[in-house]
Amino acid sequence: MKLLGLFNYWVFAVLLMIGLYALISKQNLVKKIMALAIFQSAVFLFFITMSRVDGGTAPIIQAGVSGQIFSNPLPQVLILTAIVVGISTTALGLAIVVRLYEEYGTVEDNEILAMDRES
Amino acid sequence: MNLADHLPALQVALPLLTAPLVILLRNGFLAWLAALVASLASFGLAILLTQAVLAGGVPEYAVGGWQPPFGISLNIDGLSALMLLLVTGASSLGLAGGRLSLRRDIDNRRAPMFYGAWLIALAGLCGIAVAGDAFNVFVFMEISSLATYILIAAGRDRRALSAVFKYLIIGTIGATFYLIGVGFIYMMTGTLNFEDMALRLGEVIETRPVIIAAGFITIGLALKAAIFPLHIWLPRAYTYAPNAVTVFIAACSTKVSIYVLLRFNYGVFHGNLLGHSDLFSVFIVPLALSGILLASAIAIYQGNIKKLLAFSSVAQIGYIALAAGLATQAGLMAAQLHMFNHALAKGTLFLCVSAFVLTSRSTRISNLAGIGRRMPWTMGAFVIAGLSLIGVPGTAGFVSKWYLVVAVMSVPGWGIPLVIAIVISSLLAVVYLWKFVETAYYGTPPDGDVSAMEVPLPLRALIWFAALANIYFGLAPQLPIALAESGTGTLLGGLL
Repeated sequence: MKLLGLFNYWVFAVLLMIGLYALISKQNLVKKIMALAIFQSAVFLFFITMSRVDGGTAPIIQAGVSGQIFSNPLPQVLILTAIVVGISTTALGLAIVVRLYEEYGTVEDNEILAMDRES
Repeated sequence: MNLADHLPALQVALPLLTAPLVILLRNGFLAWLAALVASLASFGLAILLTQAVLAGGVPEYAVGGWQPPFGISLNIDGLSALMLLLVTGASSLGLAGGRLSLRRDIDNRRAPMFYGAWLIALAGLCGIAVAGDAFNVFVFMEISSLATYILIAAGRDRRALSAVFKYLIIGTIGATFYLIGVGFIYMMTGTLNFEDMALRLGEVIETRPVIIAAGFITIGLALKAAIFPLHIWLPRAYTYAPNAVTVFIAACSTKVSIYVLLRFNYGVFHGNLLGHSDLFSVFIVPLALSGILLASAIAIYQGNIKKLLAFSSVAQIGYIALAAGLATQAGLMAAQLHMFNHALAKGTLFLCVSAFVLTSRSTRISNLAGIGRRMPWTMGAFVIAGLSLIGVPGTAGFVSKWYLVVAVMSVPGWGIPLVIAIVISSLLAVVYLWKFVETAYYGTPPDGDVSAMEVPLPLRALIWFAALANIYFGLAPQLPIALAESGTGTLLGGLL
């Protein structure tokens, strides 16, 4: 079951590529921001997957319970931080898209580029 | 523990904690003043840390008393101190010299927010230089990038927005690639601390995840550092940002990414991956060479002085990358010195440009015709910084070019061709700078008015202070050389 065992890593790679492809190919700036969010989520999944320990449970120490196997809490903490970073990036990106729409009247990358070339 | 022991933490905490206070000040001038004071205080801290490094090193700082490798550690060596001087110095120069141009570019109502973002960017960049572990570097990198996007988006021209959107997308891809690389390393070593990582990578040497990690980290950081051809975000972002912001970011933001690149590729991978230096050289040297030649050539055809200088930055980053890619002691020395000297020259040049824009309100070279006769002081400083950029003896640029040529000459078989490439690129720099200098001195102003119009005396004095610093560090380069030597020692020693 080696393939299934690596299922999460496959999903990570596929999501990453979906995000990167959409970033490059989509002209709509809102779609680009969504692609960026997918791209970053793939990395979150990657970190969470590697923190998993077989048979491990949530890393909470309880009185009277010992000898348990815990999943590694560190990557989970890292990803909490990275999620905050990701949300901030998305929020700022969308704010810039709003400003772009106010100034250019469109959210299509190629149309904005054409207007930039004229000026 | 007395206060001096807390300097590494204060370096980040001071601007970070001043930022919300600045936002509370509902007055553009007060906010600017507070930001300037915080920035100068950070510069003071950087000088204190530099003295401590030169006097024998700064002990590792364990945040919250948690000892590394479990706790977060802050490490200051020669290279970090060099970066701190650059970052805080560029920020102070941009704020002090940018008062008039920022007052024009930024609404008084929005100014406190803007200066708050400026200080957060400063805190993030300082954080990258002091952080001793890979994940904190990522967080600080994102803090500084997000704040920088806000600063650039404040530009008056609407093209600032489309430029910053591109920067945001590419910058985030770069940072995410870096994060993937860090993830792979964490998977193999179980540590994020640079020192610990360098030790433990030896046990999992030549495994595929580590090689993939090296690839992701190098590409991600090369995107952020705008190494040719990954520089496409840079020229427009520099051109349409407010002029004072360009002084700040052009002098230091890409260099900080190169700093992390050096930290990883030499501090961590170099001693642990077989043939790493060959692979790294093969990857980076051709890119760097095409960068220094093509970007210099493109700069010649720019009609906008800020865009011209931005392409020149891409070429100069090429020099730094070339020196770093040689993977020799001399090369690393040259890379660090050039980071310092280029920041000095480019900061001065962009400061002069911001002064030109104050009086003539345009960055188009054709509109700046005759500006050299109308603003002789500012133009004089521009010429001095330009000479330093070219690498004329007696200026700071010469010192690092000299180190670069010496480093390149020792490459077996490739010494002469590489030197020829450097000479050609320097000649191209003469051409693109001369193009502007000629128009500025001998061109006829668009409205035919040649009466003198200089910027106020304090700004002129600051511009000349920056220009004279280019000469000072050309004649007495002991400080950057000492720091670069200390930095090279820790990088090639593998351990901090």
